[in-house]
Amino acid sequence: MVTLNHYLVLSAVLFAIGTAGVFVRRNLITILLSIEIMLNAVNLTFVAFGRYAADVNGQIIVFFVMTVAAAEAAVGLALVIALFRNRESLNPDAFTSLKW
Amino acid sequence: MTLFYVFAVVAILASLLVIGQRNPIYSVLLLIASFGALSGLYVLLDAPFAAVIQIIVYAGAIMVLFLFVVMLLNAPHEDTEYDERVHPLFRPGPMRFGAALAVALLAELVWAVNKGGGEAGQFAGGSVASVGAIGRSLFTEYAFPFEVTSILILVAMVGAVVLARHEKGA
Repeated sequence: MVTLNHYLVLSAVLFAIGTAGVFVRRNLITILLSIEIMLNAVNLTFVAFGRYAADVNGQIIVFFVMTVAAAEAAVGLALVIALFRNRESLNPDAFTSLKW
Repeated sequence: MTLFYVFAVVAILASLLVIGQRNPIYSVLLLIASFGALSGLYVLLDAPFAAVIQIIVYAGAIMVLFLFVVMLLNAPHEDTEYDERVHPLFRPGPMRFGAALAVALLAELVWAVNKGGGEAGQFAGGSVASVGAIGRSLFTEYAFPFEVTSILILVAMVGAVVLARHEKGA
């Protein structure tokens, strides 16, 4: 029998993978993809809890998270393009102008 | 039961490979596979609306945007000061801290879930599959957040155009 805990553990694993991706990778696009993995892990939690509580609000929150993710991806990728145009690099270590 | 484990294994493996790839194009394609598995999990969770928008909005729109940018920039390989022959996941330095942090986070989350769980996590009998109920709730109870979302999308669109515009002499 698959219970709520199965989904929560799966979501925790996916979230940890996303966190590892943000810290381990040195490529702006892969870092943005890792953020998407984390957002999806949280979405899975929302849907699982919505099913658990027999409530449609879980899916509505997922809808809002997805629109915010779309906006985040659009602005983030525009920033990546602008940064790449200036530095010819996708390595976040190359963007240290604001470092004191 | 079996389907849950199939989708879970596909989602975890695809996500692991996403952060293990050197070439961002493969990362994006593997993330689409991971989203497909998550969509299957949403179907198992009696949430067809979430499953469909996962495919249409995430795999269809957002990932195509990523793929488009990866191909536009044409910078497939990570340029680092680290040894290129060593796989990115095994490189030294600050990355070990990140990996350790992720493992610690995973351990904490699993511990917290097990602490509260037991056999209490059985799913209730009621159905949440009605797209009509979601639509009604979106346009009545959540009408204001829904409209704010449209403004957010507009701002993001204008912001993306302004940020990515090529300025002459800049």
